[in-house]
Amino acid sequence: MLDRRGLVRQLLVERGDLLVVSGLGSATYDVAAAGDHPLNFYLWGAMGGTAMIGLGLALAQPHKRIAVLTGDGDMLMGLGSLATIGVQQPKNLAIVVLDNAHYGETGMQASHTKAGIDLVAVALGCRFKHARVMSRIEDAAEVRKLLHAGEGPILVSARIGEEDVPRVLPIRDGHAIKQRFIAAVNSA
Amino acid sequence: MPTPTDIKTSWPDAIYGHFRRVGIRQVGYVPDAGHSRLIELCQADNAIADVVLTTEEEGVGLVAGAALGGQRAALLMQSSGVGNCINMFSLLRNCGFGCVVFVTMRGEFGEFNPWQVPMGAITEDVLKLAGFLTYRIDDADAVDDIVGAGCDMAFDGNLQVAILLSQRLIGRKQWTR
Repeated sequence: MLDRRGLVRQLLVERGDLLVVSGLGSATYDVAAAGDHPLNFYLWGAMGGTAMIGLGLALAQPHKRIAVLTGDGDMLMGLGSLATIGVQQPKNLAIVVLDNAHYGETGMQASHTKAGIDLVAVALGCRFKHARVMSRIEDAAEVRKLLHAGEGPILVSARIGEEDVPRVLPIRDGHAIKQRFIAAVNSA
Repeated sequence: MPTPTDIKTSWPDAIYGHFRRVGIRQVGYVPDAGHSRLIELCQADNAIADVVLTTEEEGVGLVAGAALGGQRAALLMQSSGVGNCINMFSLLRNCGFGCVVFVTMRGEFGEFNPWQVPMGAITEDVLKLAGFLTYRIDDADAVDDIVGAGCDMAFDGNLQVAILLSQRLIGRKQWTR
């Protein structure tokens, strides 16, 4: 099982102008822990919507790379968005599901992936160009390369551990997160 | 002079004209008979990404992502779709994403299907509670004016605007087949 903080840190190292959208809860804390950045759009709510924000961004910025980092619970709630992304076939969009098979924010209840529901198979069924499981930290460099240069849409299901890690809380003001992000995109 | 019939059937063209005017670049929709003409106009336009959704709430995320990337987006949905979006609308309100939603109304004015009525009857109230400014259009000759004003308010002020296209405007659903 992967250490979620170590994994996200490695995926976001030397990120350049990678645009990052993080799903509510632990994914947002993980992305913040890897280092605050104006090109992070942190979600604190809107559960189920993270991948679609990535799609809107990918269509609007076709020459930039978009990475959505989110949890299995958020991805499951927005499962239909994988089909919608499959129709659009954005080459510049990658989704990393930080999959611990549990709902961390609400007390670690089992999620559907705990019962074997296979997000990689769903993504492939939705015509993703590339979908894979990641369970060894040695593969981080390869996955990082996918985020920066792989042909999307891409989905990586990263099998992370269930351990509770300290929360790292980034800014919460939605207007501020948005304005900072837009300004950074314009100057990137 | 256009005849009343021309005006009645050309309201989607009037909306599309405002999409071009204000620079809408992404349009999210779930297929809908009432919006079919407008959807076709958007699909035929290379400057507009037409994004077919599995559920209307996906469109809310799309609008936010488009805005983060510097593009304006519009959503097309039926009144029933508004109910699918309620929690996701908080994203627009919380971050101040300008958005214009076009809602074809069901469950009113001669609706034959009672299952459409509960959501249709509360659609405008729900939108208001979710922070939208709502404008209702009953007459075809008001479309251009109201749509123009609504688009301007949405994108000049980063506001959430919903334009309700009444069943009288779009026509009662015909079930003669």
